Amino acid sequence: MRRLSAFNVVSLTLGFAFLYVPMLILVIYSFNESKLVTVWAGFSTKWYGELAGNQQFLDAAWVTLRVAFFSSTIATVLGTMAAYALIRSGRFWGRTAFSGMIYAPLVMPEVITGLSLLLLFIAIGLDRGILTLVLAHTTFCMCYVSVVVSSRLITFDQSLEEAARDLGCTAAESFRLVTLPIIAPAVVSGWLLAFTLSLDDLVIASFTSGPSSTTLPIKIFSSVRLGVSPEINALSTIMIGIVAIGVIIASLMTKRSMARRLADEAAADRAELT
Amino acid sequence: MRKSLVYLIPFLWLLALFFVPFLIVFKISLSDIALARPPYMPQLDLSEGLAGIRAFLSELDFENFVFLTTDSLYWKAYLSSLRIALIATFLTLLVGYPIAYGMARAPHHWRPTLLMLVILPFWTSFLIRVYAWMGILGQEGYLNQVLLWTGLISEPLSILNTNTAVYIGVVYTYLPFMILPIYAALERLDISLIEAAEDLGCSRTSAFWLVTFPLSRPGVTAGCFLVFIPTIGEFVIPSLLGGSKTLMIGKVLWEEFFSNRDWPVASAVAVVLLLILIVPIIFFQKNQQRQAEADA
Repeated sequence: MRRLSAFNVVSLTLGFAFLYVPMLILVIYSFNESKLVTVWAGFSTKWYGELAGNQQFLDAAWVTLRVAFFSSTIATVLGTMAAYALIRSGRFWGRTAFSGMIYAPLVMPEVITGLSLLLLFIAIGLDRGILTLVLAHTTFCMCYVSVVVSSRLITFDQSLEEAARDLGCTAAESFRLVTLPIIAPAVVSGWLLAFTLSLDDLVIASFTSGPSSTTLPIKIFSSVRLGVSPEINALSTIMIGIVAIGVIIASLMTKRSMARRLADEAAADRAELT
Repeated sequence: MRKSLVYLIPFLWLLALFFVPFLIVFKISLSDIALARPPYMPQLDLSEGLAGIRAFLSELDFENFVFLTTDSLYWKAYLSSLRIALIATFLTLLVGYPIAYGMARAPHHWRPTLLMLVILPFWTSFLIRVYAWMGILGQEGYLNQVLLWTGLISEPLSILNTNTAVYIGVVYTYLPFMILPIYAALERLDISLIEAAEDLGCSRTSAFWLVTFPLSRPGVTAGCFLVFIPTIGEFVIPSLLGGSKTLMIGKVLWEEFFSNRDWPVASAVAVVLLLILIVPIIFFQKNQQRQAEADA
């Protein structure tokens, strides 16, 4: 590639400034002393203190975390199974309908998914609460997991599984001993994606949650509708911080495993030479 | 036996929690609003056997769909959603293309970092990213403060609660969906093609329009669909950044359901929205398929 032109440098700088400055402002103003969010009145961490004492927010955060944990875990199991069925099973009855149902929720407007699930829960007489939230979130999250896992399964050398079967493994053993370790990174990132999607969801949760199961996004949305508030700024900063830390840890881990793999390969090369 | 379980369990799950709910939405869109729990009628009464089913079916009609065409609010909302999505998609392309282009021309060892910086916002809460703009665009917001301070304007601009704010919100939140496919297309581009064009006397600008841009078209198309399709049904952005004049169908559906409690009309709105979305989704699928075949 040729050198970056001035135009490239300017568009990259402006582009990344556009992506990051709004969040940076949010973080800075969460440490603002003043109740007026747009006027800087000195450094203070008092909004974090107020947040820690706000029982409603803490309750909502606990509901959200539990829902995200259960739905992303079930979604990972179901999504991995779905991906395996789509990529490995070849043709089977209802395959087109199946793959359609995997991809459709990804492009479905959330208002429609939320409305349809709510009408289902009412039709079968299921009271809205944590359970309905988990069912709803599992359904759209499993589709994302299945897309992530199937992209890994496509590039996976199937002869490894066949070799395990030839050496006497049952189908379940070859999956557990050969396939799973290889697709594990994709399964983990699928789980993480499902977890963040569930944490983040406002629209589907608004339709499917009951009065006793208000989630954090619902709480944030109803208070944000009235305008900008320093408490929400503090809460946003905590959430942005968690994501940033998570991403840094993940990138360090991939870097280390890359380094280890490179070292292993170098050692294998040396072993072959001698 | 076990093999069939692997697909039966997710298949049945999606059938029960994705497909069946749509049938229910469709059924309720044919019903009438009622002062009851649940607030629609008729209810299917299986205890009367076949006669019950017949009575139930005879009560269903397309009245709500006729209502959608007679009340101008609905078709205006559909048209306005399409227009807002179209303009916002174009603006996202305008902002996203130069970024993707710069990334594709950056030195190799920078690219993973740049890529991560584009994906990172996607992991942070959508709601928070939209909320961040409320503080910036408001009457006393940071943008107005800066502009007033520099003397560029003498009166604060009103941007929050207008369509402009909605455009900014869409561009901001959907930018990664535009950048990534364009970057993927540009990164694979063979640089010698551009050099050849320049050797044959093209200026840098005309080489871009004659070679680079046409070759990045599949990425541009994919990016545009990835922004356009979800924007049509968007709810959070118009309700936080848009004003009372911002008409979008996602917001109409929400209010029809939560404020008016008219479930049959809300369901009819959903059915029509789905029909509108099918067209771009099929085009998108075709584009992706063509891409996959070209790669193979």
